[in-house]
Amino acid sequence: MKRRIFLATSAGAVLSVLSRPVAAVAQSSVLTTLVNEYAAGGVVREGRVKFDIARLVDNGNSVPIEVTVDSPMTRQQHVVGIKIFNEKNPQNDVAQFTLSPQSGRARVATRIRLAATQQLVAVAKMNDGSCWTHTVEVLVTIASCVEE
Amino acid sequence: MARTLITVPETAKAGEIIEIKALVQHPMETGYRRSSDGDMLPRDLIRTFTCHFVVGPTAASAAEAGELVFAATFHAAVAANPYLSFNFRATASGTLVMVWNGDKGFAQRETVNLRVS
Repeated sequence: MKRRIFLATSAGAVLSVLSRPVAAVAQSSVLTTLVNEYAAGGVVREGRVKFDIARLVDNGNSVPIEVTVDSPMTRQQHVVGIKIFNEKNPQNDVAQFTLSPQSGRARVATRIRLAATQQLVAVAKMNDGSCWTHTVEVLVTIASCVEE
Repeated sequence: MARTLITVPETAKAGEIIEIKALVQHPMETGYRRSSDGDMLPRDLIRTFTCHFVVGPTAASAAEAGELVFAATFHAAVAANPYLSFNFRATASGTLVMVWNGDKGFAQRETVNLRVS
């Protein structure tokens, strides 16, 4: 193979790897059921939601999270609610938030507990009834103490 | 009375989107833990948080008559001393009324004045 051809093709191969979208996490069936329950018949799609959480959690007792939703937050088009579910804590519910056009920005931050390495999902419900999700997978090294 | 820490800018321009941070002192006992004697520790959680906005300078006494800005429902997976950060579009001067309610009759109410110029 000529050197120039080799360089051109290998550069192309590298680019295609780099530009590949981040592989979406295959959502656990536990979470899918919960999301569909919350959607109550509304269309559920992936996207528009950004679930910010450290991928490697040192201490499961207090994990900062932030959920931002891509929405203009006007009377005509806004987020009405955000709900967070986890896969493996004793309870699947984490928290639910109610937002309004008064919020100005569709964003909420808090701190949560994680009892195991698991998946989490943030669901945003729009005023038109559609739901958008972002699923993340986190590795927990010290779990939130279920014991004493 | 639990201690709270609320951060709201004192003044805002009309139409400005401000950030509100609210933290309340609370153990958020999950009900899944045992004491050193082996007894189950009873669940003691804050269940709800609401933030209403009441327009007007002397509105602090007007209870929760204002418009709902933000609300939250907590479960055992929310960390101790629940912290929240959310946003609010300031359009007029008024008072933010924040209320936490929980198990064992926990109730906490705080008001913060906001001046909009």
